[in-house]
Amino acid sequence: MASSIRVRATAGAETTEVQALMQHPMDSGFVKNAKGELIPAHHIETVQFETGGKVVFTALWGPAVSKDPFIKFSFKGGKKGDDLKITWVDNKGATDTTTAKIM
Amino acid sequence: MLTAKFPALRMSRRGLLKGAALATVLGASLNVMRSVAVFAADAAGWPTDAFKQKSETDVLKTLYGKAAEVSDKVKLDAPEIAENGAVVPISISTTLPKVTSISVMVAENPYALAASYKIPEGTLPAVSNRLKMAKTSKVIAVVESDGKLYSTSKEVKVTVGGCGG
Repeated sequence: MASSIRVRATAGAETTEVQALMQHPMDSGFVKNAKGELIPAHHIETVQFETGGKVVFTALWGPAVSKDPFIKFSFKGGKKGDDLKITWVDNKGATDTTTAKIM
Repeated sequence: MLTAKFPALRMSRRGLLKGAALATVLGASLNVMRSVAVFAADAAGWPTDAFKQKSETDVLKTLYGKAAEVSDKVKLDAPEIAENGAVVPISISTTLPKVTSISVMVAENPYALAASYKIPEGTLPAVSNRLKMAKTSKVIAVVESDGKLYSTSKEVKVTVGGCGG
C-alpha cells in the first residue's frame, strides 16, 4: 500500500526544511452525513518527526486541522541523505509511518 | 508501542471496555498520567482535556497552567478573508528565544485549541499548517518561550464555514 504520508525534506546551509502532507479525513465530529447522522470524529492526534535518533518535531492535532493535513517546519542540522522518519497516530489507534531521505 | 496503548486508553475513556483486566489497568494508569502531566514527558501524549476546552483562556490553563501576555514578537500569518473555512493557511513564527512550544487556537470553533506543536532545541520556532474555521473568528497564536507564554491574535473573516472539512 502506498504510504499516506508525502514528505519533502530539503537540507539548506544550516537548516533542513520539512514539508509533509498526510492523507486523512480529519473528521471533526460535528459534520452530518447525507442521512443527517453525525460522522464521528476521526482525526490524527500526534505526528512525530525523527532524525538521527532524535525527535525534531511533534505535532498535536485536534479536529480543527484541515483534511489531508499539511505541515511545514525547519530544524538545525540534517544533511543530504539522512533519514527522516515520520509517524502519525489517529484517535482510533490507526497509525502510519514512513522514512524519507533528506534531499 | 503507541498503537498498543492508544486503543486501550480510548476504550476505557468511553467506558466500553469489557473484561480484559490488564488493559483496564493500563488504561487507568495512563489516564492518571495524563491528568497529572497533561503536556509533559510522554512524547506522544495527546492532551485530551486541552482539546476539549471551549475558550482560549481555559485552553491555556489546561495546556500550560498559565496565561499568556500579548507580544509583538509573535508573528501570525493568516489571511484577512478566508473564502473556504475548511482550509485556512496559518503560519506562526517568533523571534523569542528558547521556544519549547507553539499552539494555535480558533476562538469561535466548538473547541478552541486547533493544534499544538512541541519545539525541541535545535528546531526553529516557526510552523505552517492549515486549519478549519467554523465561522469568522479571532485566531490566536501562543508561543512558550523560556517558560513564559506570549501570544498574538488576528481576526480572520470566513465566507464559507469549514466545519464540513
